[in-house]
Amino acid sequence: MICLEAGYRPPLNRKRTTLTEGLTHEPTTHRALQHHFENMEQQREAGTLGMWVFLVTELMFFGGLFLAYTIYRYQYPAAFATASNHLDIRLGGVNTVVLIVSSFTMAMAVFSTQLGRRRNSVIYLLLTIVLGMTFLGIKAVEYHDKYVDSLIPGQLIPGRPFNPAVAKPGDTDPHKLHLVEGANVRNVELFYWIYFAMTGLHALHMIIGIGLLIVLTIMAGRGRFGPEYHAPVEISGLYWHFVDIIWIFLFPLLYLLGRHLEGHLG
Amino acid sequence: MSEHIVHPRVYLTIFLALMLGTGLTVLAAFRDFPGPLNAIVALTIAVVKATLVILYFMHVRYSSRLIWLIIGSALFWLAILFALTISDYWTRTWLPPL
Amino acid sequence: MEEFETPKPPHTNYINAEYGLKSWLLTRDHKRIALLYLGAISFYFFIGSLYAMAIRLELLTPQADLVQSSTYNKMFTQHGIIMVFFFLIPAIPATLGNFLVPMMIGAKDLAFPRINLLSWYIYMVGGLITIYALLAGGVDTGWTFYVPYSTTFSNSYVIATGVGIFISGFSSILTGLNFIVTIHTMRAPGMTWFRLPLFIWAHYATSLIMILGTPVVAVTILLVALERLAHIGIFDPAAGGDPILFQHLFWFYSHPAVYIMVLPAMGVVSELIANFSRKNIFGYKFIAFSSLAIAVFGFLVWGHHLFVSGQSVYAGMIFSFLSFAVAIPSAIKVFNWTATLYKGSISYDTPMLYALGFIGLFTIGGMTGLFLASLATDVHLSDTYFIVAHFHYIMVGGTLLAYLGGLHYWWPKISGRMYPEGWGRFSALVVFVGFNLTFSPQFVLGYMGMPRRYHTYPADMVSWQVLHVLSTAGASILGVGLLIPLCYLVWSMRYGPIAAANPWNLPGLEWQTASPPPTENFLTTPVVTTEAYQFAAPEHKEVVGKFERQKPAGT
Repeated sequence: MICLEAGYRPPLNRKRTTLTEGLTHEPTTHRALQHHFENMEQQREAGTLGMWVFLVTELMFFGGLFLAYTIYRYQYPAAFATASNHLDIRLGGVNTVVLIVSSFTMAMAVFSTQLGRRRNSVIYLLLTIVLGMTFLGIKAVEYHDKYVDSLIPGQLIPGRPFNPAVAKPGDTDPHKLHLVEGANVRNVELFYWIYFAMTGLHALHMIIGIGLLIVLTIMAGRGRFGPEYHAPVEISGLYWHFVDIIWIFLFPLLYLLGRHLEGHLG
Repeated sequence: MSEHIVHPRVYLTIFLALMLGTGLTVLAAFRDFPGPLNAIVALTIAVVKATLVILYFMHVRYSSRLIWLIIGSALFWLAILFALTISDYWTRTWLPPL
Repeated sequence: MEEFETPKPPHTNYINAEYGLKSWLLTRDHKRIALLYLGAISFYFFIGSLYAMAIRLELLTPQADLVQSSTYNKMFTQHGIIMVFFFLIPAIPATLGNFLVPMMIGAKDLAFPRINLLSWYIYMVGGLITIYALLAGGVDTGWTFYVPYSTTFSNSYVIATGVGIFISGFSSILTGLNFIVTIHTMRAPGMTWFRLPLFIWAHYATSLIMILGTPVVAVTILLVALERLAHIGIFDPAAGGDPILFQHLFWFYSHPAVYIMVLPAMGVVSELIANFSRKNIFGYKFIAFSSLAIAVFGFLVWGHHLFVSGQSVYAGMIFSFLSFAVAIPSAIKVFNWTATLYKGSISYDTPMLYALGFIGLFTIGGMTGLFLASLATDVHLSDTYFIVAHFHYIMVGGTLLAYLGGLHYWWPKISGRMYPEGWGRFSALVVFVGFNLTFSPQFVLGYMGMPRRYHTYPADMVSWQVLHVLSTAGASILGVGLLIPLCYLVWSMRYGPIAAANPWNLPGLEWQTASPPPTENFLTTPVVTTEAYQFAAPEHKEVVGKFERQKPAGT
């Protein structure tokens, strides 16, 4: 109906709750307006800006880990390729798809809320929650696989130290490490340390995000949002997309780089 | 500042582009490109995907200059962290042995 | 300071608006949260000072007669951790900043009042966990937590302390986030960026460092704690890890953290110098932008902590050059403050004494920093008392003095009472003398080779002992000088003369509302029409008895 470029503005539902109409001179007064803001516009702007500033913090938080990854990958490419190849690319790929779909449903939830379509926004929020949980479920399966193969670094799990079986040439057992030429098992442990730190923190962020979404779903179900007030959904959406972006980088860095070295086994 | 409502068709297009990027990056990973090209290809695709998410899903394309500034400074500071640390690792072996 | 206005009858203000402990612990008023912080910070400062006194006592004699080396290690570590993470970093932003940022820009509160309260609780939880670690057995790694000692060899409570610092880091992040959003979105009508007081610019720059740097150290400390649990990690050479990477990540935050400490102090001093010289500040834009420049350059210099750690010499050269560069914006500030004083109508009230002290001591601290920024000199001075003296000149001579100056200056606004001016001036002088006597001998000690973090020194080095005795004597004077304000400020809360709304007769927005201010700061949203620090021309002065009084600008 409208071109993709232009800012499509569907007609807003004009039936507003006019509890305070006539009682106040402030046209944008809304029951969700906090006392220290002048109007809803200012409140929304502050909320959005606050979330962006928070995401900057989050980026720097992950930044330290990305830096460590970069430095050690540069120093131990063979060990990192070995460890990377041992990760399950199918599960990682499926999880990438799951997360991208969840980002899409989140965007649709924001859209529905902006238009005041309560039922749709609840449905999209629920879908996002389900997809987020699917991601975590798959991640748990992957973690368990690593546990089975004794790939959890150091003595994080008592009684199950890092002690993977190393495949001999010709052995194709997928539970064993297939060392790329020049790889050292101790450096493989370093990779897994980074892997667990990064995906673990990412998963923690997913859990927090799912918590936020559950609250939002309840609020949306009770009709708290509408065309005038939907900043919480938008702001949580920003957070959710950010978590998705982190994964967009984690997937190639952890699962993909080094796949082409699978032929160069030592 | 007024808010911007993005049409679902935009979201759908971006979504499909992201799926395409995911497929491409998996396919490219198994090809043996010369030199560091594998890493460059993978990272380029990741950057494109992230940019699409930021611009459209996160509405930055329609946002104020302040939001652009915030994102820009975040990337700038990340670049500081990387560049100066790597300057150490990169040059550590330059000195001839005594 | 004499008053001209008769005391007004008590009005409803933020202090008497509600009563009871609950009204304080659940408050969302930025002014009340500032007072919560003030109390907590004073407590941590007191604890940190006790460690300092114990350290100075031990160093009175060359032998180990008070404590053994393991205890001494814990003493200086805990002194550092408490002072850095629980006093210096939150000191000015969380108390004075929290109180004044909304008032100075004409807002009713910070943008996120609940997050503001949350940040205080996070700070308290982090602090209490740290206190628990200290009581349980302490920590002995030095406040820098260098690996592999902290991850592998130390037998002290590293994880608990690390968790405490990790948690309290989030309070710093949330405060910075709140300030940035507030300054962007909540300025009063007419309050353009270049009408903001310099205190606000300084806090904006500080907040940038808080949100950009703190997460990096948070994740680093988290990795250290996990590495202790797992007995292996990314800093462990056994797995091919590099301990120097820890130092990079740690100092990426912890060097800029020095600017978290001193930038707000510079903001306070800019206010004090302009207002107590009754003169528009010299080079407003230069001071404003130099704050931002410090925030940016501060992130480019961390490698000067790694000159002797095995960092590449080429990286060392870059970091050395950049460290010299960061002196430029700091020097710009010092020159502009000095130029503001020129032909000003200077009054030597207590806050101004602290501000003048700050300029001198900060300059010494900054200039000695240049010795340490040059590669060759640093090899000699690294890890000696020269460093100790250098950073105490910045942190005590800079931050603490500005904090005390600011506290006195805004005390009538905060408490609604005046502090006793005579005692104030007296204690400011005692602090100044005590401070210099404590730390100037340490420059000499360090130059002569006395290493830091040692509790004994050769008994035949008589000159060393003389300097240590001087330093300890100075520390006792400094301690007394800090106890006096504690006593009279507490006293004045009840018995001090009632303060007028604008006891200093200044044009700043925070002085245009009642003392103490009402809960929403202003009865009506102020409209700003002039730049900051606009004092009336001399012909607008009226003379009352022997006192000159200035009419507010624009009348």
